[in-house]
Amino acid sequence: MRIINRHPSRGLSVLLAALPFIALAVTYSIGSYQRLSINPADKILPSVTQMMNAMSELMFVQDKRTGEYLFWSDTAISLWRLACGMGISIAISLVFGVAAGFIPWIRALVKPFVEAFSLIPPITILPILFIMVGLDEASKITLIAIGTAPLMLRAVALAVEEIPHEMIVKAQTLGASTWQMITRVVLPQVLPKLIVATRFALIPAWIFLVSAEAIAAVSGLGYRIFLVRRFLSMDVIIPYVLWITLLAWLMDICLAMLQRRLFPWFQPESKS
Amino acid sequence: MTTLVLEKIWKEYGDQIVLENIDITIESGSFVALVGPSGCGKTTLLKMLLGEERPTSGRILLDGVPLKPEPDWDRGVVFQRYSVFPHLTVLGNVLVGREFEKSRFLGRLFGSRREAAVEDARTLLKSVGLADHENKYPAALSGGMQQRLALAQALMRKPKILLLDEPFGALDPGIRAEVHALMNELWVEQGITVVMVTHDLSEAFRLGTRVIALERRRNRPEEKERYGATIAHDIAVWPPKKQTKLNGSAIVTATPPILAADASAAVH
Repeated sequence: MRIINRHPSRGLSVLLAALPFIALAVTYSIGSYQRLSINPADKILPSVTQMMNAMSELMFVQDKRTGEYLFWSDTAISLWRLACGMGISIAISLVFGVAAGFIPWIRALVKPFVEAFSLIPPITILPILFIMVGLDEASKITLIAIGTAPLMLRAVALAVEEIPHEMIVKAQTLGASTWQMITRVVLPQVLPKLIVATRFALIPAWIFLVSAEAIAAVSGLGYRIFLVRRFLSMDVIIPYVLWITLLAWLMDICLAMLQRRLFPWFQPESKS
Repeated sequence: MTTLVLEKIWKEYGDQIVLENIDITIESGSFVALVGPSGCGKTTLLKMLLGEERPTSGRILLDGVPLKPEPDWDRGVVFQRYSVFPHLTVLGNVLVGREFEKSRFLGRLFGSRREAAVEDARTLLKSVGLADHENKYPAALSGGMQQRLALAQALMRKPKILLLDEPFGALDPGIRAEVHALMNELWVEQGITVVMVTHDLSEAFRLGTRVIALERRRNRPEEKERYGATIAHDIAVWPPKKQTKLNGSAIVTATPPILAADASAAVH
């Protein structure tokens, strides 16, 4: 039998999925054990115990200077920035994406500009933002919004254009005005795709968040990673990276669940 | 009473003449089937009736008034595909026409107005045999059921004329016969005026009161561009079908009746 026609059983699939993770963990443990047995003060590949010690300090011990539990305050401020940036981005992409996808005049006005704008590497705007809006929250949130909004706007506009023309004609023959079509036909069909676009946009959003925090911030997950880097504190960096990964994964899962729950009629790849 | 008049319709795309000199008067309550080989412009003609396309010259009058140059409620439509809204339930799909009509800003009805609309929608759903499926989404319906839903949805808005664009073309033969029977029933009971585009001659004769065949008279390659399709046959279907309601009068047509069997021979 050809290999493309052989499918692993369910149990085997789970095992296969776990294998690369286990392999990575085992490889790391071996490397860490070897380095530490030669030099117990080695900082490059800390053991799990060392990481847990470092993390419990950040999680459960108040910071002497600020009185905060650093791990949690870092997480909160980073998530806040991410939420604000994505919120702005979603609002912009919905309003202008739907308008540009549905109304020819607005499409002619908005689309070329957005396409040109989306070619700017957002990170190069960061200095401009620092100069113009300062080093505080606004610049980081703006960077996330600028980095993701064009992407999402184009996804929304495309989703609107993908609505079969017949459906729009049908709505008109039922007497719908442009506004009624936007609220009752276009928006409901675009929202599930907006969630898909949000899931994709979260990837660059995290990149811009961590970059902005690394360059100029006094708090946040990215700030912490780049701060402790100076002391080669891999025992903090590695758990932080894992934590960011976990957060990103949880967000993705929540959005996927939200999409299934809110839009039971929506199947990404329709069968016909 | 609805009369649809097409006066000397020409349609050209650049140098290509698609339709020439189409003159049709469609009386209230008739069921006109437009047939013809593919590419003869029958769908273009339907699009002009819908208001999606405009004739290069000539006029289309609905009850003596020129058609609005965009689709509107006075002309209902059922396409072969994508006729219903996937994000609305069966009941929602039928209701939406009434909601567009009665709630200009929200596009939604509440309270007693909604109840009245729901009652009308249920009556229609019953007449298309979908009474037991009102809470399903279209994706859960078969192709035949989706087309029946599309019919109910279009009828809910009470259009002056119903346009059908190969509505049953994608259905299995058995299902198609069922939907034909239903279509005929709806036409008889609701007293509607229908224009249907189809490439299926037997369908045209089974459902239509009048079959209009479009054809290119000149088909040599060097002539093709400069001569469009026009009306080749205009046949009143025998025996005449009668509606029971509203436009109840029997169909009166100027052309002498021809037997259905002869007529299909005449077209091809």
